[in-house]
Parts: sequence; C-alpha cells; structure tokens
Amino acid sequence: MSTNGYLLEVRHVHQIYRSGFRQFVALQDVNLAVREGEFLCLLGPSGCGKSTLLRIITGLQRPTEGVVLYRGQPLRGVNPHATIVFQTFALFPWLTVLENVEVALKARGVPPKLRTARAMDLLDRVGLDGFENAYPRELSGGMRQKVGFARAMAVEPELLCLDEPFSALDVLSAEALRGELLELWTEGKIPTRAILMVTHNIEEAVFMADRIVVMDKNPGRVVAEMTVDLSHPRQRRSPEFLELVDEVYGLLAGQTQPEHVELGVAPGEPGRIRALPPITINDLAGLLEHLSEMPDHRHDLYRLAKELHVDSDHLLQLTEVAELLGFATIGKGDIVLTPLGETFAEASILARKEIFATRIRRLPMFRWLLSLLSVAENRRLKWDVVLRALELEFPPEEAEKQLETIVNWGRYAELIAYDDATKTIFLE
Amino acid sequence: MALRESYFIPERPRPEGKAYRRRFIFRIEQLFGRGFSMGDVVVLVGIAVLIYVGVRLALQAPETVAGPTISLSPRVLPYYALRSLGRMAAAYFLSLAFTLVYGRLAAYNRRAEQVLMPLLDVLQSVPILSFLPVVLLSLSAILPERTAAELASIVLIFTSQVWNMTFAWYQSLTTIPVELREASAIFRFNGWLRFKVLELPFAAISLIWNSMMSWAGGWFFLMAAEIFTVGQRDFRLPGLGAYLQEAANQGDTRAILWGIGALVLVIVALDQLLWRPLLAWADRFKLEMVEGENPPTSWFYDLLRSAHILEWFSRGVWRPLSERLDYWFIRRAAAAEARVEKPSRPYLFFLLALLLGLGLAYGGFRAALMLAAVPARQWGEIGLGVLATLLRVSVSLLIALAWTIPVGVAIGTNPRVATYLQPTVQVMASIPATALFPVFLLLILGLPGGLNIAAIVLMLTGTQWYLLFNVIAGASAIPQDLKYTSAIIGLSHWERWRTLILPSLFPYIITGAITASGGAWNASIVAEYVEFGGKTLFIPGIGALITRATATGDYHLLLAATLAMVLAVVLINRLFWRRLYRLAEERYRME
Repeated sequence: MSTNGYLLEVRHVHQIYRSGFRQFVALQDVNLAVREGEFLCLLGPSGCGKSTLLRIITGLQRPTEGVVLYRGQPLRGVNPHATIVFQTFALFPWLTVLENVEVALKARGVPPKLRTARAMDLLDRVGLDGFENAYPRELSGGMRQKVGFARAMAVEPELLCLDEPFSALDVLSAEALRGELLELWTEGKIPTRAILMVTHNIEEAVFMADRIVVMDKNPGRVVAEMTVDLSHPRQRRSPEFLELVDEVYGLLAGQTQPEHVELGVAPGEPGRIRALPPITINDLAGLLEHLSEMPDHRHDLYRLAKELHVDSDHLLQLTEVAELLGFATIGKGDIVLTPLGETFAEASILARKEIFATRIRRLPMFRWLLSLLSVAENRRLKWDVVLRALELEFPPEEAEKQLETIVNWGRYAELIAYDDATKTIFLE
Repeated sequence: MALRESYFIPERPRPEGKAYRRRFIFRIEQLFGRGFSMGDVVVLVGIAVLIYVGVRLALQAPETVAGPTISLSPRVLPYYALRSLGRMAAAYFLSLAFTLVYGRLAAYNRRAEQVLMPLLDVLQSVPILSFLPVVLLSLSAILPERTAAELASIVLIFTSQVWNMTFAWYQSLTTIPVELREASAIFRFNGWLRFKVLELPFAAISLIWNSMMSWAGGWFFLMAAEIFTVGQRDFRLPGLGAYLQEAANQGDTRAILWGIGALVLVIVALDQLLWRPLLAWADRFKLEMVEGENPPTSWFYDLLRSAHILEWFSRGVWRPLSERLDYWFIRRAAAAEARVEKPSRPYLFFLLALLLGLGLAYGGFRAALMLAAVPARQWGEIGLGVLATLLRVSVSLLIALAWTIPVGVAIGTNPRVATYLQPTVQVMASIPATALFPVFLLLILGLPGGLNIAAIVLMLTGTQWYLLFNVIAGASAIPQDLKYTSAIIGLSHWERWRTLILPSLFPYIITGAITASGGAWNASIVAEYVEFGGKTLFIPGIGALITRATATGDYHLLLAATLAMVLAVVLINRLFWRRLYRLAEERYRME
C-alpha cells in the first residue's frame, strides 16, 4: 500500500507519435490520481487522447515519457489488477456467454468448478441467467455489454476501467445499464476498489462520476478537474445537476477568442493549425435555425444537446464550426448567434451558399488550398497530392478526415469541385 | 487444380462471400504493391544455391533406380489409395506445422517479417515441379531409393501446399481486431490461450478454405511424383497415379476406368466426409455478429451431430484433455513470468544474418562457376526452350479463355443453371490433370503433332478450371441494377459485353489467369518429355530440357535449366501479371 492513499497515479505522461519529420502530441504532460473508492471520469471530445490514456494506465501501451504508479509501484507491463470493459464489447464470437466469462478466469488459473460457479454468479448478477449458453451474436447490444461487464468483474479487479462502454448502445439500454452498474458499485456488491471511465458524453460523466477530469484536444491534455458532490441516484433535471453540466460545457466549449487566434494558421506556416471539425453543412444550418428561434438568439449549450437530440461531442463540434465561421460566439456555456449567423439562418439556399463561401475563404486552410489550386496546372490537383501535403501537418488518418471535410465544405460553397473518377480536386 | 496460388476463389457463392473475398484480395494487393526489390534478388540467389547443393548431391545418385511393380488388379486400389492419401496427409501436416510457426513469426516479429514475407512472395511464384528432378536425384544419393522417392513426393507436395496456407494464417494474425487483441492482453491470456481462444478460431475459416485449396493442388503434384520416371531411373511410387500410368502404358482401358473411378471416389469422399463437415463446423468462427443467411451445410456433419458422437467425444475426451493442456500451459506461463526477463540480443540476429549472407555468397559463387561451365550451345537451347514452353503456355491459356468466358458467364448469370452444373464442374475440376496425362498420351500420341497436342491438353486440363471458377464468381458478382440498366438503355448484345460484362470480369479473369499460367508452367515438366510404351518422346521446351538433363545425368544443364525456368516464371509474374493485376484492382474492381 502506498503512503499517500492513491490507488493509481499518472505522472508527467506524454504520448508522442513521430512520422517523418513531424511529431504529433497525443498526450501532453498528463497528471492525475485515482483514490480508493472513487468513480473517476475522463471526459473530453474525440481525439483528446483519453482512450490512449486508458491504455497507458492499464499498461496495454507504454507512454513515450512519464510513469504510471499503481499502489506506489511503477507499472511494468499489463496491470494485473485492472480490467477493461470495451466500447465494442470485445467478446469472442465463437465462445458462449458463459465461456466468454470463464475464459478470463481460466487465464488466471482458476480451477474449472470454481470457475463455472463464479461465472454463473456474475452472469446472474448482471441479469443474464438463462443466456449462458447463447452466443454473443444472438444477443442485443445491451446484453452483449452485460457480458462485457460480467467478464471484467469476474476476475475481481481492483481497478475497473470502462472505455466508453455505453456509446455503442441504443439510448434505452445505455440508460438501463448505467443504472445497474451504479447500483452494483454504490451498494458495494462488487469488490472493485475504483472505477475509471472514459467518455465524451458530458451528462453521462456528471450522472455517474465522483470526480471528472476534463481533457481537451490539440494537443491532448488535462484542462480541468471537478468534483461531483451529488448523492446517488442523481436527478438529471435537478438544478444542481444541470448547473454542473452547464459548467462542463463551459469548460469544453471555451470562450470565443479574437478571430486571428480562432482561425489559426495555414499549413506550412509556423503556429497552430486549426483542424476543421467533420461537420456537414446541413447540421450546422439546423443548429443556426434552432438558435434563431430562441429569445435573444442565446441558449444554454446543455439544453441545445437535448433539444437537437445530439450527443455532447457532436454538439461541441457544431458549435466550434459556428464559432469558427463567425456565426456564433460562445462564453460561459452559452452560445449567442451573431448578426451574420442570424442572416445565414434566414437566408435562401443560394444566399446561404454565398455567405458560407465568403466565410470559409477566410479560413487559412481554404486560403492555402485555393492558392495551391490557382497555381496548379489546369487548376487541378490530385487528391493524393493534397493529402500528402496535409500529412505533413496531421497524422495520416486525421489528414484524410480533414481533406474530406474541406472538400465537402468547398463543394457546398461551390469554391472547388471534386471528380471521384479521376480523384482530382479543381477550382470551380 | 490448385497450384500454389494464394488467390482464393470461393467455390460457391457464400453469404458472407463479399467480406471474405475482400480479405483475400487485400492480401494480394499488399503483396502486389511492391516492385522487384533487393530482397527478391537475395531469395533468387538462395534458390540458386539450394538447387546447386541439390545438383552437387545428385552427382552421387545411383545410375539406375529399379521401379516398383505396379499391379493392375482392382483389388490393390484401396491399398494404393491409402498410400497416396498417406503421402498427402504427411505433407499436409508438415505444411500445417510450418504454417503455424512461420506465419506467427512473420506476424509478430517486425524484423522477421521483413525477411519472411518477401521470401514467401517469391517462393509462391516459383514453378515447383521444376525442382522435382533435383530433389529426387539428391535424395536418392543419400537415402535408400524407395525412401528417397517417398520423401521427394512429400517434399514436393509440401512445397505446393504450404505457401497459401502460410499467407492465410499470417493474414489472419495481422487482421485480428485490435479490441480482441487488447481483451486477451488485459485478461492476461498466455501464449497458448491466445492461440487457442483467439488466433486459431479467428483464422479457422480461412485456414480450412486454404487447406482445401492446398489439398486439391497437392493431388496434381502427388500424381506427377508418382509417375515420374526418366531413363534408367524409375522413381514411380505405388499409388493411384502409378496405377493409372501403368494402365495407360499397357493400354488397359478397364484398369484406366477403375483407376479414375478410385481417384474420383477418394477426392469426393474427402470433400464430403472431411472438408464439408469441417466448413459447417467452422461456421461458428466467423466474426460477423449477425447470423448468416445460408451457412455452409454438410449432411455428414449433421449425421455426426445427431449421433451424439461429437458430443460424446467432446465431453469424454476433448474437454478433459484440453483442460489439462490449458492448466499445464498456465502453470508454465506463471513460472516463466516469475523468471527475470532476459534482454533481447540483437547481435545474435546479425550474426545469423552474417553467416547466412556468407553462405549465400559462397554458394552463389560455386553455382556461378557451375553455370559458367555450361556451353553456349546449351544456353541457346535453354533460351529456345523457355520460348517454346511460353508459347505452349500462352496457347493453352488462350484456349481456356475462349471457352471459359462464355460458359462461365452463362453459368454465373443464371442461378438455376449454376445449381445444376456446379457439382459437375467441381468433380471435373477435382481430378488432377497429371493423373489423366497417361490417358491423354494413349489417346493422342497417334495423331499428327502428338506430344505437342498432349502437352497443351495437359496444361489446359490443369488450368481451365481456375479460369472457369473465377469467371463464374465474377459473373455472379455483376450487380443486378447494372444489368437492368444496360437492358433498359437498350445496349446491343456486343455492347453489353464490351461495356458491362468484360470490364467487370477483368479482375477475376486476371486472378484466374495468374494461377492458370503458373499451373501450365508446372505441367511442362511432365508433359514435354515422356517415356511411354517403352519409347522416349520429347518436344523442345524448358520442361523437356530439365527432364532430359535428369535422364542423361547432365548436371550442369540441370542446374542451368531449372534456374532459367524459375527466373522466367518469376519475371513473367512480376513484369506482366502483376501490372495487369494492379490495373484490374484500380480500374475495374466493383465494390
């Protein structure tokens, strides 16, 4: 047992991926600690490195720099006291429900009889009795994840790690499963000492966690920590709850900065490039229209998520684009439509295209691409050529996403066109 | 006939066929992406050194090898069938063991991967049958004659079976979903458990399909090995192939029919009693999280299940056994964990590489010396031989294309015809061409141009099925809406072929043709130089040169000709087929 009472400590962890001359910082100087008896949430938008951090914490991945201490001892290899519940369940499709749970016990050398008994007991507790001989493909998503939970809890881990366990489920099963997990946890029915959950869903974090570590991207880092002092079961509509949700939105959505800071720089220039969120124009128009119907054109972000039926991650990407294009400003968890945004929301389809075109021309990424195209032969460039250029700035997958977004927006604005047969981008 | 291809052709339209095929195609793409590299040169030098060593050994080969007496009584057929099966099984299990070790090494060790995968890539395009004389001679120099012949046949079958299985296993290992890999790490599976619960099940379906292909290809080589005889050396082996050859030799039609019947029976029985049940059983190992619409079925598997034999076996024998095995491994793994990890020793690797490099350099030098002693006249012969064989291969390929495209499209676009013809085609295709060769000789030798025609017919029987299967697969994959569209816009018959059918068949035809041409080159070894009815007949060709060099004991020529053939085939593959294949993948793939 370590002296300071922490079950787990992460100290100065960096994760850096190198590709050629560029390096991408996935995690920058992350420090955090998990106490015994605590339900901790790692919350952040996609791409903030929270899943990477979970893999480092469990020892599946070694950080570029920094250490992970478990009970005061530096971690070497996979942490034997931790297990993971995976977002995609990670069940073996060729094993039955029972075998899927048993195999985890078998790997730890538990003898057959005890193994079966323990697995059955766990399946019983998650409400899967009667399904032990079914194969995962016969089960619904929610039930599959229950198997995932049963398997993870069967080995009686001290640290139970959850990697977005509810995000692949439908709304109802997710809600039910959250409640059931909280019941097992708060009533001490499982010998787990601490739970560490990764999520991008703000409400989910506030609903379940004792403490929330808020992370942000570019580079992935911890930006805030907050304690949730509400007793279980928590009421999602209570003012205290909503206030906390609002506060997290405020943290994650940030504050609209002066334009030159918001826009960042073009590829190849020194400074920070603003990555474009992968948003379709339709969704953006929907958001702006909705806002224009609000009194004062102002709204709470957390309410927007509910009203538009989008999860917080998607909503934050939408608001980020609105902010970037000057259609809205954000501050303290509220979003306000600018006069420009108002005009856009009320404009005809053609006028919208025009406004959109003038706005994205200001984005350094578009300025860069348009000037590249204007000097290119026949004003055309191969998709792959542009992609290679972007890969100097972004990791390969992200570069691809960026280019897709750029082409989507550019096509809508009728600034550029793209021919799939020849895979070329050209000026309209 | 499957001939050491790694190209998978589904025999029947399968429910999850598309995803499945894509996995295979991905593999080819990956390999075909590379050009000719330094690694290829090293591998080719390695092959040259191996052949050189074989030829050196062959110098001590006995002058005469007495063949076995082959009985033509139908009563010996079960025994002969068992002998043939035994060779196949021995080679197959050897291949399986090799596959599991080699594939794992390549998949999990970066440095090993960089050496092992290019090696495999070259080896799989080498005409294996060209090694037969060298292997036979060198083995008979160091082993008793009969043992040498048996071993040579097994080595030959092994080299024909192993590559595509290894590829399948390697490919499976490298495509295991990350989350399953992470789950097995976080739940601390030891190596054994990971193999048993994750790797083997994940690879099972692909391994079984490829085993079937390997097995089918193996028959071709087994038959060739069983009937191989040159000059004073009779390397025949008691088995179905030798039976058929002897029967044809004596012109005994009844025995020929018996032999073919026995061969077909064995192959069909294997399919029905082994492979189909295995496939039906392995359906549980598919990764898809939805039930397939029509999973593979097998009456024999259903029978076994309903007889509770499997259940009894599983409960009474298999489970306790595997439980013990698991336990043993877990204890061992725990003990290993307790031990301190040794630091890895990169210098050992370099030392090995250095030794290997020195060996290669020395061997290459000696081989070059031997090649330098080959007179210019013989080099000319070799060059002409390669051209002559290339001509034959091309003709057989063209003939095969000419009939398989219309027939394949007719079958593939018409599901009803397909259900009738599919089984027939499969049985026809399952008869190894080499087994029928003596029969062709009997029928064709009297005609003008005799052996030339027989050689082309042999190449044709060995290759056309591949093309046919591929064309059927391609034709049935043409999207229905495209067919409707072309009907609605009123394309003429010819226009429809030009704009829709041929372009969508193109990738399939290329895939089939690559395999087919490889098979045809192999066939040249047994087809261009034959001893039949007490006479020796040959036609100009590289295959004839190799066999003649074996007969006359001209070892310099043997080395030169074998190398020339390997080089020719590898080069044609790289410079011609791969380009076409890449074009097919980029332009015409429909997905």
